[in-house]
Formats: sequence, structure tokens, C-alpha cells
Amino acid sequence: MTVPLLPGPLPLVEHFERGLAAPICLTWELTYACNLSCVHCLSSSGRRDPRELTTAEAAALIDEFERMQVFYVNIGGGEPTVRPDFWDLVDYAVDRRVGVKFSTNGIKITPEVARRLAGSDYVDVQISLDGATQPVNDAVRGPGSYRTAMRAMRALADAGFVGFKLSVVVTRQNASQLDDFAALAAEYGAQLRLTRLRPAGRGASVWHELRPTREQQRAVYDWLISHGENVLTGDSFFHLGGYGQGLPGLNMCGAGRVVCLIDPVGDVYACPFAIHDSFLAGNVRSDGGFARVWRESELFATLRGPQSGGACTSCSAYDACRGGCMAAKFFTGLPLDGPDPECVLGHGEALLERAAASQVAPPRPSPDHSHRTGPVPVTIGKRPSRACDESPLAGFTAR
Amino acid sequence: MSTNFQLDSPWCLDERVAVRPEPFGALLYNYGNRRLSFLKDPTVLTVVRSLADHPTARSACESAGVSTQAMPAYERALSTLARSAMIRERDGRG
Repeated sequence: MTVPLLPGPLPLVEHFERGLAAPICLTWELTYACNLSCVHCLSSSGRRDPRELTTAEAAALIDEFERMQVFYVNIGGGEPTVRPDFWDLVDYAVDRRVGVKFSTNGIKITPEVARRLAGSDYVDVQISLDGATQPVNDAVRGPGSYRTAMRAMRALADAGFVGFKLSVVVTRQNASQLDDFAALAAEYGAQLRLTRLRPAGRGASVWHELRPTREQQRAVYDWLISHGENVLTGDSFFHLGGYGQGLPGLNMCGAGRVVCLIDPVGDVYACPFAIHDSFLAGNVRSDGGFARVWRESELFATLRGPQSGGACTSCSAYDACRGGCMAAKFFTGLPLDGPDPECVLGHGEALLERAAASQVAPPRPSPDHSHRTGPVPVTIGKRPSRACDESPLAGFTAR
Repeated sequence: MSTNFQLDSPWCLDERVAVRPEPFGALLYNYGNRRLSFLKDPTVLTVVRSLADHPTARSACESAGVSTQAMPAYERALSTLARSAMIRERDGRG
């Protein structure tokens, strides 16, 4: 994003806080189905929801984006490319000048697909990878996921797709690999994107083990400052502004103001990290569709109104961090008008300890489409008595 | 084609740029380089939209009511837009 051009009566951020005619950054999760089961999945994806938007409904939503002049949508999931109509929907959007950037684990990015994607200005691809080495990545994203991502990046690079995104959630386990990620991105002609681990979805249950330590957090900030605009962050580290110089970007919470999320069943949430009834603004299937939810929802009106900094108002860093991330506070059980749980001045840590001691469970993310991975009772068959037995009846004796 | 902005050259909006009016001015998005720009001033929006109809950028500014004193600020604004490829120089025939 470029700088504001001329001095006006209000800083640009304050205009944005009052909301826009349409979102700048719209995330559309196309399906809850996913071939992976990443431990930190923001949307608790795994299984498809039978109520997901049909192809016709998805196309009608794209028509609405076109009318609202939504420049581009960030399509995610789940794994969006497992929807059989995914490529048709991408073409449909591009034909209407609605750009598409989609997030994928790479499972469907074959050389042929990569060549098609490389040919369009309107399509951008973001490959998710959470470790610069296979063990670090696969521990979070599952066995085989590193190899899948590498194969997809190779296909994109070979097809001449320059500048696709390599997207990394920064964790305690990979925070020391930032230079390695940058080298990987350079090797494949990609642009590196680093984002913050949020305690949302399944991420809520692993947040305490995966989140960077305070020392790592400081190192991430310094690293981002020294790499400037070459590394994308989706504005996700604005809570670190309190360290000093602000990071590139808007440095504000965009929830309901410039950002929103449409989930696979058409529910509209204030942001991709806040999939919970408390942040549900409406559904695109209701009268007036998405435009009406965006423009008239009571929740969004509240988010666009004056916000109280609460306990943070008197802090010298408040102008820089603006109290941090609403979703991070919500899912860790902290008050929304207080410090971020990862406040750089440490004000969040004390509150986290108090919240843990209070025995009051933080809000559970809703809904959950995780794969059912519990024990499956086996009712037929027996382990073969010898390893080389191939017959399913081996070792079975009828009584 | 140079991206060095010259007030006295012919300019136009880049073909890959979409303009969305907003209460504070407008948002510009270039599909080619995927960059977003903000116009915080309705007059800049008028200038940008009318560039193609004028022989020079200066003429577009004057026609939008930009005073001589204000011209340097608009020149800077248009230079920023040229650097991010939101506007481009037209060739003499265009």
C-alpha cells in the first residue's frame, strides 16, 4: 500500500476506522473440507459442511463483489482447491475483474495448473508452509505436507509464475528460520509473507505451546523492520508497534472496517480470526445479500464506532499498537478493551496468568469441522497371525 | 516509457487500474502489480480521472481547479501515483 497523498482533515486510518463502501481485504473460505489437519487451523477445518454455498450461490456472490467493486478476494478454506468447482469459480471471478488470491497447501498445483495460473494477472497463489525444514513443518501441518508444498512451488516456478506468495505462520518452532524462509522464497521466485499465530479455531488449543517467546517476538519485529516492504505481513503484527517504529502497513485492527470473512456456509464474520457467534454479522443468503451485511450490520456499526482503549488508554504505546488484536484477546479470555495477550510491554502476560488462575474457560471457537480423529472401533477382521498373510481371513477360525 | 512524472507531459490512468469512490476520496487498485493506493482528496480523484482528456497533467489539474500555489502538492501526489504505476505517460498520439 502506498502512503496517503495529500494532508486531509483526518488521518487515513481514522477514515478506515469508520468503514468503507466495500472491504479492502475480504477473505472467503470456500469450504471447510481439507486434506490436512493442521494443529493451528484458524477455521477448525477438515470436513465439508453440507450447507456450503452451491456453485450458483458462489457465482451470485462474485456478481455482488463485482457490483461493490471488491478488487480482489482472498480465497481460503479448508483447502479451497478440493472443491470440484474451484477453477470454474476462479475463472468466473476473473472474467468479472474480481481478482483472486487463493491460499493452498499445494495439493492440486500440478505443472499444468501452474501454467494456467501463471498466465493471469488476476490470480495470485499463496502456498502455506510453517517450517523451512520438513520436520518443523510437518509437526504442525501433518506428514507429507512439506513435500506437497515444495512440489507446488517447483511447479509454479517452472511455469514462470513470479511473485507468488510463500505464507508462514510464525511459531516458537520456526521463529529461528526466518532467513531460511526468505532464502526458500528467493529460490522459487516467491514473495515471503509472515503472519501472526492467532489463538483462533484449533489454534486456541495449541497457542500456548506454539506462540513465539517474548525474545522471539522481539527478534521477529527487528527482522521485519530490517526487511521492510519486501516481506508481506497482512498487517498482522501491528501489536508489535509498541517496540518503536511502526511496521509497514495500516497498523490498525481492520475487523469489520476494512476486513471481513465469509465462511463456507455464507456467514459473515468481522475477521478471519474471529469465527465465533460474538463476531457474526449476518449471512450472505439473507435479504440484501453480502452488501447489506457489510453496510448495515449492527456489529459492524459498533466496530466502526469509537472504540475504548480501556486499560490501555494511558499507555505511551497505545497510539502504536492500538490495543492489539481483538480476536487474540477474545479467545484467550482477556477483556477486549485491554492489552493484547502478547503486549510488548508485558501487560498481557499478567492478565493471562490471572485468567488462567480464575478457572474460567476462555470462549471456545465455534463452529468445528475437524476430522474426527478419535479411536474408531474395529468390529470386523483381526490382525493377521503372520506378517505375510494377505488374505483378510488369515488366522480367522469360524466357531 | 519513463515513470518520471512530468507535469507538462500527457498522462492517463493505467489500463489495469480500477477506481472505487469512497467517502474520503477513492481507492485505486492495480491488478498488474497488485498494489493499492488511496486518494485522500476528491480533487486528486477528479484529476486522475480526467488525465486522459487533457494534453498535459498540468492542464488536467488546472481544469480541476488546482491553484498555482497548490500545484506542487498535486505534482508530488501524481509522482507517487506514477511510481506505483497507477498512472502512466501517454504517447503523443494517445
